[in-house]
Amino acid sequence: MEKVVEILNDEGLHARPAGIFAKVAGEYQSEIELEFNGNKVNAKSVMTLMSLGLKKGAQIKIIAEGSDAEIALGALTTLVSNKFQS
Amino acid sequence: MDGIAASSGMAIGKVLVIKKDKPEEMNLEFQGVPQELNILTMAISKSKSDLQSIKEKTLKEQSKNEAQIFETHLMLLEDPEVIKQTTQKIEEENLTAINSYSQVTKSFISMFEKMDDTYMAERASDIKDISARVLTYMKGGEMINLSSLIEPVILITDDLTPSQTASMDRKNVLGFATSLGGKTSHSAIMARNMEIPAVVGLGSVIHELKDGEIIILDGFTGKIIVNPSKAQIQEYQDIKESYLNKKNELKKYIGMKTKTSDSKEVILASNIGTVADLDSLHENDAEAVGLYRTEFLFMDRDKMPSEQEQFEKYKEIIVGLKGKECIIRTLDIGGDKNLPYLNLPKEENPFLGVRAIRLCFKRLDLFKTQLRALLRASSFGPTGIMFPMIATYEELIQAKEILNNIKNELKSENISFDKNLKIGMMIEIPSAALISDILAEEVDFFSLGTNDLTQYTMAVDRMNENLTYLYDPYCPALLRLIHQVSLNAKEHSTLLAMCGSMAHDELLLPFWIGCGFDELSMSSMHILTTRKSILDLDSEKTKVLVSKVLKAKTSNEVKEILSN
Repeated sequence: MEKVVEILNDEGLHARPAGIFAKVAGEYQSEIELEFNGNKVNAKSVMTLMSLGLKKGAQIKIIAEGSDAEIALGALTTLVSNKFQS
Repeated sequence: MDGIAASSGMAIGKVLVIKKDKPEEMNLEFQGVPQELNILTMAISKSKSDLQSIKEKTLKEQSKNEAQIFETHLMLLEDPEVIKQTTQKIEEENLTAINSYSQVTKSFISMFEKMDDTYMAERASDIKDISARVLTYMKGGEMINLSSLIEPVILITDDLTPSQTASMDRKNVLGFATSLGGKTSHSAIMARNMEIPAVVGLGSVIHELKDGEIIILDGFTGKIIVNPSKAQIQEYQDIKESYLNKKNELKKYIGMKTKTSDSKEVILASNIGTVADLDSLHENDAEAVGLYRTEFLFMDRDKMPSEQEQFEKYKEIIVGLKGKECIIRTLDIGGDKNLPYLNLPKEENPFLGVRAIRLCFKRLDLFKTQLRALLRASSFGPTGIMFPMIATYEELIQAKEILNNIKNELKSENISFDKNLKIGMMIEIPSAALISDILAEEVDFFSLGTNDLTQYTMAVDRMNENLTYLYDPYCPALLRLIHQVSLNAKEHSTLLAMCGSMAHDELLLPFWIGCGFDELSMSSMHILTTRKSILDLDSEKTKVLVSKVLKAKTSNEVKEILSN
């Protein structure tokens, strides 16, 4: 299951938004990955999320596999479109 | 020992050397998978409890914002990907926990260091900080605990990490000295934040210092005196005391409006170069930024900063000013400041050559990128843009046209910027001063760059030691020229500012007030003294003084009139 979203906040995926994203992703059983420019990383890891260097306007694909994949995907896409205001 | 003065103040006391061991080269033997995994878990949990207490301490003593750094550190410490990769190396390659962890973190560190984005590149030092702590615990070492020092000390180290600075017991840290770092390094910024005297970038001589040795650390000049004599200690104690007294005495001017005894208001602003200068700006209660030199952002690197990077830096400063106005000067490169990556041809007379706005017209890519970044950042607070080295009316019109084109470009892209953005120019070439009546119609403000204006008016290289008598701020020609500009500005209601070093000249201050300067911009340390002097002035009397000064024949006469 996957969905493409756009990073909307000005600073991109800096430490704070990346941290919030990883934390929320970590709350789900499913395996969750994030894909950008052909690179796939573990969405529960701040380190790998930040290593993508995502800036405002980046189109990212969130991929979730597992029992709670649908809820996880919903929560994460809302988070991104709300500019990480959780 | 000589280093870079990073944080003002004077410290006299005993040395405490923080030794940094190099954990990565330890070649301990592999003890078996369960044992190595155990070492990993143990080291992470010890580090976790350290970081949690540092976070609590920061939350209590500083702000939620500062504590946020350690929240990030905690997440990076327990990062599932780091732990997974380390575990894999232990289980599959039978590497020790130390080697595995160090390889994994190193690869992330180099990945971040290579990133185009300075913010991300700086995160590499966060990972280094965390990794050093974990590795120390893996080796069975202990972290030096700076949070409970038994006696007051001056810390000596290569570089302070964020976690060390935050956990530091401030009552007992008199100052610190580092071998690495510059004025804007993390340790230097933290030192200024905490008002602890500091000297950085001392180099390896620092390793000669031993625990318990007495030193004098001079945060004003960047000097360190080892084993000082009694007389030296006395001398520095006196300097320290008079500095503290003066500082305290000036504190009562914080929060006051700057106005003359007959209520004529003047804005006292700061000249800044980087975000690190904002602490001292707020501390000294500057009312605005009158000159933000953007050159620093372009120096000491091998390629031009991108629009996004520039935008982030400008925004950081505008946001950091908390509503105070920020006048940003577009790139002033050339002359004595060169950028290797621009491959500029060598010139016979660089100060009379392709510098500042002249260079920007030749390198429109450079200019347009900067203007876009500046405009985007301007939506975060009151902003003004000023052009340096304008010599003719045509140049000003051309610069304004380019700026307008960029504005239209942003409008069509639906990108916001400050609609009330002020546009101004530097008056630093005599030709501009002479036609300032025409120029005044085209701009919101003038800012006088007195250093260049002096050298161009007097035709004297300010570095030439044989001609110092001509590089003279009290010279009647220069003062008449500035006075003429002030009349033209007033007639067209153009705001009149000054950002050169003459702005805080105590003798000349009444002359500026008499000329009707609306804003004086200087380095933050001069703000409170200048405010104090202005409070005692009477603007009507300064006008009389101006007419007297304008009749003087020599600079000695000028000085005499101003001294009375």
